[in-house]
Amino acid sequence: MRSIKASPSTVRFSPFVFTCVALSAVALSGCQEEKIADPSTQIGANPVLPEPQQYLLPPIQIAQAAAAKWGDAVPTVAHGLRVEALAKDFEHPRQIYVLPNGDILVVEANGPKAPVFRPKDLITGLVQSFAGAKEKGGNRITLLRPNADGGVEQRSVFLDHLNSPFGVALAGHDLYVADTDKLMRYPYVDGATRITDPGTKLTDLPGGPIDHHWTKSLVASPDGSKLYVGVGSNSNITENGIAVEFERAAIWEIDRATGAHRIFASGTRNPTGLQFEPQTGALWAIVNERDELGPNLVPDYLTSVKDGGFYGWPYSYFGRHLDPRVMPQRPDLVAKAIVPDYALSSHVAPLGLTFYTASKLPPVYHGGAFVAEHGSWDRSPLNGYKVVYVPFSDGKPSGPAQDVVTGFLTADDHARGRPVGLAIDKTGSLLIADDVGDTVWRVSSSGPMTGDAR
Amino acid sequence: MSMANSQTTALTRGGVPLHRLFIPFPIVCFTGTLLTDIAYSLTDEVMWERFSIWLLSAGLVMAAFAVIAGIIDLLFMRRILRQHPAWFHILGSIIVVALSALNVMVHSRDAYTAVVPQGLILSAIVVLVMIVTNWTGRGMIYSDGVGVTR
Repeated sequence: MRSIKASPSTVRFSPFVFTCVALSAVALSGCQEEKIADPSTQIGANPVLPEPQQYLLPPIQIAQAAAAKWGDAVPTVAHGLRVEALAKDFEHPRQIYVLPNGDILVVEANGPKAPVFRPKDLITGLVQSFAGAKEKGGNRITLLRPNADGGVEQRSVFLDHLNSPFGVALAGHDLYVADTDKLMRYPYVDGATRITDPGTKLTDLPGGPIDHHWTKSLVASPDGSKLYVGVGSNSNITENGIAVEFERAAIWEIDRATGAHRIFASGTRNPTGLQFEPQTGALWAIVNERDELGPNLVPDYLTSVKDGGFYGWPYSYFGRHLDPRVMPQRPDLVAKAIVPDYALSSHVAPLGLTFYTASKLPPVYHGGAFVAEHGSWDRSPLNGYKVVYVPFSDGKPSGPAQDVVTGFLTADDHARGRPVGLAIDKTGSLLIADDVGDTVWRVSSSGPMTGDAR
Repeated sequence: MSMANSQTTALTRGGVPLHRLFIPFPIVCFTGTLLTDIAYSLTDEVMWERFSIWLLSAGLVMAAFAVIAGIIDLLFMRRILRQHPAWFHILGSIIVVALSALNVMVHSRDAYTAVVPQGLILSAIVVLVMIVTNWTGRGMIYSDGVGVTR
């Protein structure tokens, strides 16, 4: 006290006070909470898009994995449905593929170790490990053979020692598996429960060393001549440089006979769930859009994929909305950016898509698409963590998305599970891979089999 | 007479201030940040942005040590506070650390706006404040004999 009095401090404090006020003003302007709009305003063809926001501290809220995971609990299903665990105790199951004989392939995988380029990467890694997103993946495919009464008759390791696999597709007797860095072909014999053949590499795919979006979604064209692979970007928004994005954020078309590829569509930040829409035969995808522009930017979307189409990333989003973080810009590309068909709302992280062509679920689910929303990590309140149904008519979405399977979160926002890959089994039930709950769920009709009933 | 006087002064002031051991690190790091920010703004090459954020982080870690040492120095050399430049020196250091902490957040954004324009502006202000602050800090040594033992 004495020493302060001794100095002529009055004058010297004023710049200090000024600086404090100025600093708090700067800090506050960056941190102020925008009123977060209801995600329902961002579902459909015309989502409400707020102005982009640049954070000082981006909100990180991810559902921490619940201690007991599911225990005896099961997800909540919409009226007319019931849900049961088909099988449990997988190692990070991400994708499901149903073979013609009804056998179910469960792809167990997680991404390769992410490199640390910036101090931020250390923090992101820590947050993801809290959410159970860093658990070791099995790097294998497990086969489940269902029995007549809905249980599992046989469970065996179908293919082992893979490298972060995700997509699976059968064309004739060739089984294709999309590892994160290559597309492999294995001979498949009807009824096989295990493949021992080492396989043949059809082509390399963009993999490490960064491999920011590692999942390689895969689908074969209906005539079996082409394979389509979704290749995600190598960054959120080019923070790793544009050079590492070569042939990424794109959907590849690969010739099945030669392995040659061309870019079928581009500007799709992380395209997964590649499927052919049954009525029109058009290729559809779900795309995870960019982060850190705000809680309601940018909506992830479901879209038909046009040959040669450009969907914006990184330069713009949802058509021609420029992203201020990308330099140099490309006005020539932005000018032709296609507006996606259907927004799913922001940060829901869609990772599974399947069109429903069977008839065993209630009629309300006929002809449309199920979408699995893995769930947000940078938005409060959380968004996603559920499976929704998007009705279609004439090959286009025809209404708002409806919740089908929920309850992945506890009341205090802990994750019992997170839905990823979807498939329809031989009985017309919906299968869901749950990579935190390490379970495959089966959703079927709760009433008597409705069949053709209307 | 005057020699004896200055020796007495130096002794009562307790010798070399501890925090000066750490001060060069943030000065070098934050100055380097401005240079790599300028390089990024001219080239759009992400390598420079990564240099900036690591330099900023390292500078802040060392600044934290300097702050702790500075507090120890103040506790043992309270009479420093009677000198005119001392408060200015302390306030300048607080501003440098506060602005750099803000700058780390700006630099943790993704791609271009991690640097241009806010990051670059903050880095430049920090360097300016450091020049002024360090000059007054030196004034304390050369004019007032803080930390001068002989």
